[in-house]
Amino acid sequence: MEKKTKINAEDGRQDLVITREFDLPLDLLFKAYVEPEIVEQWMNTKVVVLESKPHGSWQYETSDPQGNVVLRMNGVIHEFVPEQKITRTFQMENTPFPVQLEFLVFEKLTEDTSKLTMQIVYKSPADREAMLKLPFAKGINMAHNRLEEVVKQLI
Amino acid sequence: MNLRRDVFQAIADPTRRAILLLLASQSLTAGAIASNFDTARPTVSKHLQILTECELLKQEQTGREIYYHLNPNKMKEIADFIEPFRQMWDDRFNKLESIMKNYQSKK
Repeated sequence: MEKKTKINAEDGRQDLVITREFDLPLDLLFKAYVEPEIVEQWMNTKVVVLESKPHGSWQYETSDPQGNVVLRMNGVIHEFVPEQKITRTFQMENTPFPVQLEFLVFEKLTEDTSKLTMQIVYKSPADREAMLKLPFAKGINMAHNRLEEVVKQLI
Repeated sequence: MNLRRDVFQAIADPTRRAILLLLASQSLTAGAIASNFDTARPTVSKHLQILTECELLKQEQTGREIYYHLNPNKMKEIADFIEPFRQMWDDRFNKLESIMKNYQSKK
């Protein structure tokens, strides 16, 4: 089966491109990026600030099940064209990872389908590799947490 | 192992990526590989050396000839590196899609 979300990360470059086609009309896809309560659901985070306009800022924070904030992310929105594009920066607070630049392009494919192309530019190729390794570690943790839950139910 | 050369540095070079593609379907000798490129033969040898050092390629002696072939385990390492990142975004986008489908039907 063809994968719905594709990543093109050419070797030695400091950017990568994520593409995804959605079974959603363009306006709904775009709304999922603009409405804070919807962003919270699919990004699994709390939206502290989200000013969807040029020169607007955004801040999200993610908490563990006990309610402790584990990660804060923030950035500035540079370009905001409804149902077309969002250009923004992204930075994780209190981490050594440099800010990254994100170009999001939204396209209508048919009345009921749409496409998102997200180019992420990192400070250097090495920073890109470091960032790519992150969710892997996170994935392992999540698997462990799930294992813990299953084990708890067995006891 | 030469720490200076990790797998990702090895595949950063376009000629080396072309060599890996070439060997994806068949094992070839150094000479046969070089004949596919305009690059000078010693340059191709150098690329083969780097790819072999970081274990992307393996050498196999057949009679008097040395054949190069891909080391599938090492190639998989590269794919594994991107896959969790892709999976993370795929999960997020799947969620986005189902949330918005609900949203649509509620309207």
